[in-house]
Amino acid sequence: MNKQIYFDYAASTPLDPRVLKTMLPLFEFDFCGNTMSLHSFGQKASEIVEESRNTFAKILNSKPQEIIFTGSATESNNTVLKGIAFANQKKGKHIIISSIEHDCIVESSNWLKKMGFEITKVPVDKFGLIDLEALKLSIRPDTILVSIIHGNNEIGTIQDLEAIGKICKENKVYFHTDASQSFGKTPIDVQKMNLDLLTASSHKIYGPKGVALLYIKSGTKIEPLLHGGGHEYGLRSSTVNVPLIAGFAKAAELCIEEMPQETERLTKLRDKLINSILTSIEGSYLNGHPTQRLSNNINISFSKVEGESLMLQLDFAGIACSTGSACSSNSLEPSHVLLATGLKAHQAHGSLRFSIGRWTTEEEIDYLLEVIPQVINKFRILSPFKL
Amino acid sequence: MTNLSYSPKVLEHFRNPHNFGSISNADAVGEVGNLTCGDVMKLYLKISKNSEGKEFIEDVKFETLGCAAAIATSSVVTDLAKNKTLEDALKIGNQDVIKALDNLPVVKIHCSLLAADALTEAIYSYYQKTAQSIPDYLEKKHQQNLVCHREKAIK
Ligand code: FES
Repeated sequence: MNKQIYFDYAASTPLDPRVLKTMLPLFEFDFCGNTMSLHSFGQKASEIVEESRNTFAKILNSKPQEIIFTGSATESNNTVLKGIAFANQKKGKHIIISSIEHDCIVESSNWLKKMGFEITKVPVDKFGLIDLEALKLSIRPDTILVSIIHGNNEIGTIQDLEAIGKICKENKVYFHTDASQSFGKTPIDVQKMNLDLLTASSHKIYGPKGVALLYIKSGTKIEPLLHGGGHEYGLRSSTVNVPLIAGFAKAAELCIEEMPQETERLTKLRDKLINSILTSIEGSYLNGHPTQRLSNNINISFSKVEGESLMLQLDFAGIACSTGSACSSNSLEPSHVLLATGLKAHQAHGSLRFSIGRWTTEEEIDYLLEVIPQVINKFRILSPFKL
Repeated sequence: MTNLSYSPKVLEHFRNPHNFGSISNADAVGEVGNLTCGDVMKLYLKISKNSEGKEFIEDVKFETLGCAAAIATSSVVTDLAKNKTLEDALKIGNQDVIKALDNLPVVKIHCSLLAADALTEAIYSYYQKTAQSIPDYLEKKHQQNLVCHREKAIK
């Protein structure tokens, strides 16, 4: 059997051929100019970037000049945390994040702590939903930023940004969301959600790796991470990568166009996979919210087995997925997201994440459903703990 | 952790582990690790006397909850221990396990400790059960084994 099935779209997606087609000509001589140059070559390149900016502004319901392009979601998130912290420290040094943020938010916060800032982590319930009351209570006069992940990368739970945005607005504190996983999969309106800052990434939506964006509402006080030639309204100096940005915009356009049908298709596949596993495999539990969840995320814990060994065995069967097990992390710590939802370390130990996407077929889901009971069984036989 | 960071030997033992399962009338059982840290290894020994009257490991089986390295180290330690006298089996250290597997990724060294310690624990419990004298070093090791291995690795 030479199957190769990719169930790790949340880690990174393949490039859509239509995106590649958009990008390829932009690598040619005609578009070699630096967007900062006033000559025709520079202007031609600049036009492409501005078109892309317009595309995102339309999608997010923002102004074009509120969008800046960066090199990665990690960079966007670092810019938000550090940039807001340093620009607003006169007002206060308190920042609120959630207990289920991506590592780049967590690590930026840890660094800011060393710089004298105070970080509060708002807890989540067992489904991974932010405790809104706890959020309200944790906002103080010296709070300068609330940063909450939109669709969680591990458990797929989608937060109610409108409700969180309302709380932030009432308390006059900047609101940022890391929408790396949700952008292109679920509608986002920065005005309706009262967002001041938003991160979105290209390689999660079938665009090229190495480009992302940061929406910054006009009037927001923020310092850049990179100083230099003043690109991107002075907020991100670096020669602008025209082909990648155009590719990112094309990828976003396609996602928005196809969103209604694609969401329906993926949700069906997702729920088929979840329900079939939960009913056919004893000792299996869904992580994250059953319905308020990314259409492409499946995260399940299997008791009395360990995730890395499951993942590896599935890889032998041609199936690529990921795990929140302590054994597979360099720190040997279980996933902080799973622990935040109340799981014990041993429950996180047997967790697998399957993330599906544009090229996932029903046959692939069926193949996984055929293979997975055998895999779980193999390791349950090996385990000293019986069900 | 990817496929590639494990040696072919590790993957081979992981795919087709030797001597797995339990021994119902085992003479000794050694268990290390715990559910909190996630990694648990259990070794079962059947012990007999050889022609010189020395006690040796006639049969050995393992049950392990853990990563690929934990399963491979369990499998290989049963190979190393089988047919050895208890004296010789006690000399098997985690370095021997690592060597037999053509090396382990650095973050996985603690899994080899788990395997070597499960063996020592089994022999320790056998000595205790049969009221034989327990050498000091073995007593010390036993005390250390009460601590979670992953915790040791993190420190
Ligand atoms: S058993 Fe957890 S890292 Fe090996």
